[in-house]
Amino acid sequence: MIGGAGMANNLEDRWQQALEQVKTWARANSPWAIHFNSGSCNGCDIEILATLTPLYDVERLGIKLQGSPRHADVLLCTGPVTRQARDRLRRVYEQMPEPKFVIAVGSCAISGGAFQGCYNVIGHIDEVIPVDVYVPGCPPRPEAIIDGVAKLLQVLQGTEVTKPL
Amino acid sequence: MATQEKGRKFIVPIGPQHPALKEPGHFEFTVDGEIVTDATVRLGYVHRGIEKATESRSWVQNLYLLERICGICSHIHALAYCLGVEKLAGVTVPPRAQAVRVLVAELERIHSHLLWVGVAAHEAGFDTLFMYSWRDRETVMDLLEALTGNRVNYSANLLGGVKIDVTDEQSDAIWRGLDFLEDRTRHYLDITTSDSVFLRRTRGIGVTTPEQAKRLGLVGPTARASGIWHDLRVDAPYAGYADYPITMIVSDTGDLETRFVVRIKELFESYRVIRHILDTLPDGELVTRVPRRIKAGETISRVEAPRGELFYFIRSNGTDSPERIKVRTPTMCNMASVLALAVGHQLADMPMILVGVDPCFSCNDRTVVVDQGGARGGWTWEQLRQYGIDYYRRQP
Repeated sequence: MIGGAGMANNLEDRWQQALEQVKTWARANSPWAIHFNSGSCNGCDIEILATLTPLYDVERLGIKLQGSPRHADVLLCTGPVTRQARDRLRRVYEQMPEPKFVIAVGSCAISGGAFQGCYNVIGHIDEVIPVDVYVPGCPPRPEAIIDGVAKLLQVLQGTEVTKPL
Repeated sequence: MATQEKGRKFIVPIGPQHPALKEPGHFEFTVDGEIVTDATVRLGYVHRGIEKATESRSWVQNLYLLERICGICSHIHALAYCLGVEKLAGVTVPPRAQAVRVLVAELERIHSHLLWVGVAAHEAGFDTLFMYSWRDRETVMDLLEALTGNRVNYSANLLGGVKIDVTDEQSDAIWRGLDFLEDRTRHYLDITTSDSVFLRRTRGIGVTTPEQAKRLGLVGPTARASGIWHDLRVDAPYAGYADYPITMIVSDTGDLETRFVVRIKELFESYRVIRHILDTLPDGELVTRVPRRIKAGETISRVEAPRGELFYFIRSNGTDSPERIKVRTPTMCNMASVLALAVGHQLADMPMILVGVDPCFSCNDRTVVVDQGGARGGWTWEQLRQYGIDYYRRQP
């Protein structure tokens, strides 16, 4: 009897494990992203948009920019956080379903950048919400943004993150 | 509608995070069925306080800060600032530097207008045009990168000149790039004036008469599409524009289609001027010495940004940082037209009308105090807080 229960338990575990694998596979194959500008100068925003257009075309990798936070897996944040945008940023983050990941794009998102010390800037992204990947640059090139997303996917899949050359 | 109660309104809130634009702005459209009867906007989500921050940074540091007011038209912000500071310091910039400034400014205009064509087409649901125009825009991004070292925020300007030179190879590359772009631009002009589906979203929509344009204080291509003869490159030539004249593109139809046509025709004008500059680039120095402390005084400088007139007021007290810098950006002037035009149009036209002025919220979000007989001068934090409390108390 005890052995039988153990078997069933084992089966359930294996089923759960397989389910998790399928989920991770689906998640990593087609991450949907949402973009929020919390005080950026538009530089990073046009570079994010450029990654969607034919020269870089991230949609071929399954990455899609999504309009609603409720459909998104990845939040692409640009700019420092202003007093006005703080609550909205937090709300957008809270509306996203679990599991959710945040990529901070650009110097301002990482540290406040050129806008450090401005009276209406309260700081950088990870003072407000947790950040998983940081992409530096002012603004980062579209290749760098794609690399940031790729690194996030590697972490998701549990593979080792490629080190820079 | 007969069943609708009198006094009850249906308001559609949009933003600050919304799929139509990449920047935060909050709009409230009051609708009667499909027709918009009233529109309000709430701005300021990306207000950072740059004007105040300039006062605690040196003249040179401010160059890099002001460039980051807007990532799309970064060169023109730095140019307006440099022209103002150079006027205050009383230095003359060498002609080659002025020509290179115009060259970068026109390349930036090409990138900005192509970007706008794409975004506007996207709002109309014409994603194919969006993809094509952004693909071709990469040509000019590559040229800017080859010339200045960065795709966005080029920082080509220095106080007293420019930090980049144009080599023969770069000149050849720009020629080739422009030939390709000119061909493509002709194609866009053809599409935006002949595609029947697209025309139904643009022709006769959002018509602004010259009188309206004057009353609302429109600037830039938006105003020129409504028959206002105003382009600072022609009216008050700055940098090298006196040597490289521009032909103004004006049309008086005033609808969204005309805005497409005016902006696309301006692209041809930019191609022509860039070729003219490359042909007749004067020899000489690229930079002159500008003192670390700028003489006390105040000045204004006006330039034509891709979106319209950009205005800088600069006051120096003789130290190594400015006493006051005031920026007036084109989107702020044009935003009033969005709200005025919205009334009477269908809700589905709102993204097109908004994007028709080529809005740039990072330029736009600045503090404006409307003096309604109150105390002049600045507001303290306490006064602002009290104003906020009173404002919300007054709300129904």
